[in-house]
Amino acid sequence: MKTTTPFEQVVAEHGATILRVCRAVLGPGADADDAWSETFLAALKAWPEQNRIANVEAWLVTIAHRKAIDITRARARHAVPVAEVPDEVTTRGVPGAHDQDLWDAVARLPDKQRHAVAYHHVAGLPHAQIAEILGGTAESARRAAADGIKNLRRSLDAERVHEEGASR
Amino acid sequence: MTHETASALLALTTPDADDLERLRSRLATDALASGDLDVAYATVDTPVGALLLAATDHGLVRVAYEREGFDAVLETLATQVSSRVLRAPQRLDIAAREIDEYFAKRRTVFDLPLDFSLSSGFRQTVQRHLPDIAYGHTESYKVVAEAVGNPKAVRAVGTACATNPLPVVVPCHRVVRSDGSPGNYAGGPEAKITLLTLEGAA
Repeated sequence: MKTTTPFEQVVAEHGATILRVCRAVLGPGADADDAWSETFLAALKAWPEQNRIANVEAWLVTIAHRKAIDITRARARHAVPVAEVPDEVTTRGVPGAHDQDLWDAVARLPDKQRHAVAYHHVAGLPHAQIAEILGGTAESARRAAADGIKNLRRSLDAERVHEEGASR
Repeated sequence: MTHETASALLALTTPDADDLERLRSRLATDALASGDLDVAYATVDTPVGALLLAATDHGLVRVAYEREGFDAVLETLATQVSSRVLRAPQRLDIAAREIDEYFAKRRTVFDLPLDFSLSSGFRQTVQRHLPDIAYGHTESYKVVAEAVGNPKAVRAVGTACATNPLPVVVPCHRVVRSDGSPGNYAGGPEAKITLLTLEGAA
C-alpha cells in the first residue's frame, strides 16, 4: 500500500523536530535551515513512492543525517583559512550566554556523540534505529549518546564554575 | 543529570513559530520551482466562509467549503491526485484574486485554467456546461439535462452538481429546482442563497 497522507501533514507533524535535529547537528544558523529544506524537498520527491512507513520521523532523520553530512563536507571544502583568528565577541553577562555555552559544547562533541545525542535525546529515536543510521551496534549508539550527554554536562559545569569564580 | 542536560538541549534547539513558517514557505517555493509540488493549496476568507483552493500544474482542481472538512478534502486530493500536497499560496494567487473580485461584484466570469481530473463521464460533461449559465441567471436541473443532450438524466444532473469539485468558480449554484427553490448545495443552502443574491438572481 502506497502512502496517501498529504505531505503537508508530514511537514506539520515533524517539521519542528527535524529542525531541532538539524540545529543540534549543525548549529543554529543557515546550515541547519539548508539541511531542513533539503531534507523536506527530498522527502517530498520520494513521498508518493513510499510504502506506508512505520516510523516517518526515523525516515526523515535518516535523510536529514545524510543532508547534514553533505553540508558539513561542502563547508569544509569551501572553508577559507584565516591568518589571524578574530576576537570573539564576548557573551559573558548578556542574556542567552548560557545558550551560547551549550551551543559551543554541542559543537565540540565528537561527530558520533553529537549525532547520537541529537537522534536520541532530541528526536527520541531508539538506539537500535540510530545504529541503523550511524552504523555499528545499538550498544555503541547508546554509549555514544550517554558519553555525549556526559561531555555536555561536564562542559556546562566547567562554565558554571568559571563564572562563579569570575563573579566573586 | 542526563534528563536535565537533555531538557536544556531540547529547549536550546526549539524553533519559534516564525522560523518554521519561514522554512515552510521556502519549501513551497523550492518545490514549485523544482516541479515536485503536484497539489498546491491555500485558504481564502469569503462571505460564504473560508474556502480551500487547490491547484495542479494544469489549473484549479478543487474549491472546498469549510463544512466539507479541509483535512478530509486534502486527504481525498492526496489519494486521487497526488500525495505531494503542500500549502503554497503562490500558485493560487490568481484564483484567490478572481474569487475576491467575484465577491466584490467586480467580476462576473472566471478566467482560470481548470483541472477537471476529480470528475469524469457524465458528471464532468454537466460541470463543463455550468459556466455557460450566465452570471445572474439560473437553470433548472431539467433544463441542464436537456442542454447536455440527456433530458431524462435530471437526477444525474443533481448528482453532477452535488459532486462539483469546483463550486463558486464552476457555478453549480445557478442550477435550481423547477419551482425556483434553490435545492441542495455543498456549501449549505445559505451559501447558495448568498451567491444567488450576490448575483441578483434571487
